[in-house]
Amino acid sequence: MPHEAEKNRTIKVDYIARVEGEGALHIRLEGDQVADVKLKIFEPPRFFEAFLRGRSWTEVPDITARICGICPIAYMSSSISAMESIAGITVDGQLRELRRLIYCGEWIESHILHLAMLHAPDFLGYQDAIEMAADHPEVVKSALRLKKLGNTLMTVLGGREIHPINLRVGGFYKVPTVGELQELRSELVWAQGAAIDLLDLVSTFPFPAFERDYEFVAMRHPSEYPLWEGRIVSTSGLDIGLEEFFDHFEEEHVAHSTSLHSRLKGKEDYMVGPMARYNLNFDQLTPLCHELAEKLELGPRCKNPFKSIVIRGIETVYAIEEAMRIIDAYVMPAKAFVPAVPKAGRGYGCSEAPRGLCYHTYEIDGNGIVTAARIAPPTAQNQRSMEEDLRQLVPGIAHLADDELTWKCEQAIRNYDPCISCSCHFLKLEIDRG
Amino acid sequence: MVDSAALFPRAPSRTLLIGIGNPDRGDDGLGPHIVRALAPSLSGIVTPIIHGGDGATLMECWQVSDHVVLVDCVRSGAAPGTLHRFDARRDEIPCDFFHYSSHAFGVAEAIGLSRTLKRLPERLIIHGIEGSSYDWGSGLSPEVARQVDTICRLISEEVRPSGLLETATCQEHHHA
Repeated sequence: MPHEAEKNRTIKVDYIARVEGEGALHIRLEGDQVADVKLKIFEPPRFFEAFLRGRSWTEVPDITARICGICPIAYMSSSISAMESIAGITVDGQLRELRRLIYCGEWIESHILHLAMLHAPDFLGYQDAIEMAADHPEVVKSALRLKKLGNTLMTVLGGREIHPINLRVGGFYKVPTVGELQELRSELVWAQGAAIDLLDLVSTFPFPAFERDYEFVAMRHPSEYPLWEGRIVSTSGLDIGLEEFFDHFEEEHVAHSTSLHSRLKGKEDYMVGPMARYNLNFDQLTPLCHELAEKLELGPRCKNPFKSIVIRGIETVYAIEEAMRIIDAYVMPAKAFVPAVPKAGRGYGCSEAPRGLCYHTYEIDGNGIVTAARIAPPTAQNQRSMEEDLRQLVPGIAHLADDELTWKCEQAIRNYDPCISCSCHFLKLEIDRG
Repeated sequence: MVDSAALFPRAPSRTLLIGIGNPDRGDDGLGPHIVRALAPSLSGIVTPIIHGGDGATLMECWQVSDHVVLVDCVRSGAAPGTLHRFDARRDEIPCDFFHYSSHAFGVAEAIGLSRTLKRLPERLIIHGIEGSSYDWGSGLSPEVARQVDTICRLISEEVRPSGLLETATCQEHHHA
């Protein structure tokens, strides 16, 4: 296709496939310059924060689990933590370990679905996983088996793999036996090798030479890679307790999105998710993950969003290792939960969803009835960063024909594994060259 | 390893009857409605499963059976209540008939991927019924409700020739 720098153009994609939810992207180019980028999210608002008011504090984890079929544990964990902070209870020991274990299951199934089935086809030039499976059947079979392992962890601990029903304020309704967890071990051993093979494969993909100085925001815990708890930290030195979140972050409504846009006060955009966790918590990864990062020449810092697929691979290896560690040390606790009674107050909860920071705050009255709820899902927080990536990426690739340019823009969005239905479902993309 | 055989006990003599959909979303609840309606009369003949439509777990379900009948509400532009029947081993399944599931990997994708990976059950029949209303809590539309008896009869005739009498417990798998 001839160089079209002199022309203005609009590129439109009606549906960005392989993302969760409904939205559209509009890019208007004037020559090589991006005049406008809008990630238009038209997923109907779901009003969870409104209909949680008036419900019992014990119902909140099961209600918020329904926000997402891929990452229900994130919503359950953040709401549970918030309620426990109000009740003033601490859940530790084996119950805390079991919480990390079920979160590992969610990371495995979510990361593998995105990495192998939704994102890998971008790099290998296939329209979808079905087309990819014709040439790489073993890769797809391995990914399906890995995803199933993640789902099985969710089922064994949560009662079912989607919208688990066994988590509650204070712990679980029923805890697994040592034998039930040990049954998973041999599959975890297989999974570790399979995840490393998959990681080796994705690390050979051709990555566009694109980097950005991101303001990464993630949780940080003094002694572990963040999953269920920690403080909130950022690249520029932010280090805050959960109660301070809305002192530093603000949400605003923009006309083109039914999801609120978040910003870190004083900054335009920030990134949450695997890239942020990795850059801010590399030291907390295991020796095996460090060795893999070194072998793959990834290093402790990564600013190329296209390499998020490699980082998801490393986090999958981490989640498998962590699951094995927890299972090997597991002793069935005498009690499945720590009792908690409600008292009037405000609580804060945050956890690391596969896509990033999932922040919740609630107010309850003395009877445990919810009087206020506010939830900041990861994809809503990443919207500005997705738009900014495109603003900076497109000028360098504006010479590409519309179909190639569109493909690259969709791929850039998929770097974030966006879950649009969480954030407020289809993504329509249009590039306007005038 | 808790494999699919543990989650979905293998019953080679039984047909899996899978109803896809969300009972709270109007006509999308047709699949679950049909499975619940048929489970007592087909006890011992089918293993009834209510499923949210996630493609990957759907593939796991049908790995354990040679015969699968799947019921789902579809949206093709035909008149509400129109019945569509596909044989997955013979017919192309139009992707846009089925609702997108989590991350756009739903029924049609599961069938396509299973075909590519040579993991299709020996027999996979899909009954698709054209829906019209998907409002929260609205129940089946009159056009779709009128077809329930016909769909039940068609499925019964399809699965009846085989099986021993056992009590079937309905499994449920949901998504967002």
